[in-house]
Amino acid sequence: MPEEINLEIFNADPITEDLANETTEAAPKTYALDAAAESQADLSAEMKAIGESYARALKDGAPAEIQPRLDYAPYRSSVLRHPTKSLHHADPETIELYSPAFGHMDVHALESDLTIAHNGEPLGERIVVSGRVLDGDGRPVAGQLVEIWQANSAGRYIHKRDQHPAPIDPNFTGVGRCITGPDGTYSFTTIKPGAYPWKNHLNAWRPAHIHFSLFGSEFTQRIITQMYFPGDQLFPLDPIYQSIVDQDARDRLVATYNHEQTKPEWAMAYNWDIVLTGSKRTWTENEALGADDDHE
Amino acid sequence: MTMNKPTQLTPTPAQTVGPFFGYALPYAKDRELLAPGSPGSIRLQGTVYDGAGHPIPDAILEIWQADADGSVPQHTGSLVRDGYTFTGFGRTAVGNAGTFTFTTVNPGPTEAGAAPFIAVAVFARGLMNRLFTRVYLPDDEAALARDRLLSSLDPDRRRTLIARRDPDGGLSWDIRLQGDGETVFLDFSGVEGPST
Ligand SMILES: [Fe+2]
Repeated sequence: MPEEINLEIFNADPITEDLANETTEAAPKTYALDAAAESQADLSAEMKAIGESYARALKDGAPAEIQPRLDYAPYRSSVLRHPTKSLHHADPETIELYSPAFGHMDVHALESDLTIAHNGEPLGERIVVSGRVLDGDGRPVAGQLVEIWQANSAGRYIHKRDQHPAPIDPNFTGVGRCITGPDGTYSFTTIKPGAYPWKNHLNAWRPAHIHFSLFGSEFTQRIITQMYFPGDQLFPLDPIYQSIVDQDARDRLVATYNHEQTKPEWAMAYNWDIVLTGSKRTWTENEALGADDDHE
Repeated sequence: MTMNKPTQLTPTPAQTVGPFFGYALPYAKDRELLAPGSPGSIRLQGTVYDGAGHPIPDAILEIWQADADGSVPQHTGSLVRDGYTFTGFGRTAVGNAGTFTFTTVNPGPTEAGAAPFIAVAVFARGLMNRLFTRVYLPDDEAALARDRLLSSLDPDRRRTLIARRDPDGGLSWDIRLQGDGETVFLDFSGVEGPST
């Protein structure tokens, strides 16, 4: 691993870090400072109220929200970290209409297999996660960088500041990269991550997830997100997942189990396609024609 | 054959980068777009603050910029730098005190008379989606005055996008996610409403 990694950047306790300091006038809202007093029931009630208010707005003709809310108080760490002014509408210019280029000199082919980074086999359910990266116009995002990171099967990150008393797996780091194929496909072999506790409120647990980082053909398409597994009982309880208030939008983060692709006596297969925002650059004729074959 | 765009697909939603990116996203020389001290190199430095004015210790920033001539780099090799090729892309996790430092070049104007800027993406624990912004070079005031984005902003807000030129030739520029002096963050989606 690179030596310059900053292992100090993690703070496992968002409540004390963000809110236990004296409340300043810049803070838009205040919350009880006693973290232990906040139960899942309190948080669930807050999330339910926001969900109901969104449902009413939808009924009254408001557009569906396709992204998470930056201002989503049940995720306590967001309270002082979201802009209070609305984002400024801008037309992307020059550099923003291009993306950094990544290639096979940046990423080794073996980096897409997270199970072979060490001498032994990691513990847990071996899985293959694959799919396509498309732009909002349905065109494959070819030759671009995909980065992932995740907890091990016990729900523990290798990160030094992860204090969850679950075992480290000496055979699993949980970091992978690949470059998408000409048709926008990616594929990672890894271990199904475990759920893990965090300190948003008492008895807060994150649903199992894999962090994904993606580039498009324009810098405006840059996105970092999380992929979840189908049927997780923690979905309704998790403020990060629920920060996307629209159920259809939330569903777009959940992979599909694919038995056809599951490899007998080897690995379970999950599929997850990722759609970036639409391109802003003017199309050339060839690009427009090429997309007809590929969009779904 | 028509030139109509295919049906629009709905984008996948973002989620926070979370707290545990520190062993995954940083890489060797991620913040050195060219070697410190090499001819033409400058330092771009600053601090990321939250709405209480406290530094954020777990943000990660990316910059993407033209080269000194104003050309858009399209060379691979940002993740494994060869020491010679300017790829235009850099990334850095901020330090414990919320500070960051990139070594880069002053981008040139991408068109004659354009105000040069560096595109920035901000990620942090507690931030549900990346924020885009720009850091403009402060030197060409006439170009800044003509700039379309800057012209559309009140002076107070415009100021948040323009770096200070340090005595050593470097650039200083802070990011405030919320509150007094809140940085102008950009929505490129072209649609109104809480979409980005
Ligand atoms: Fe995570």
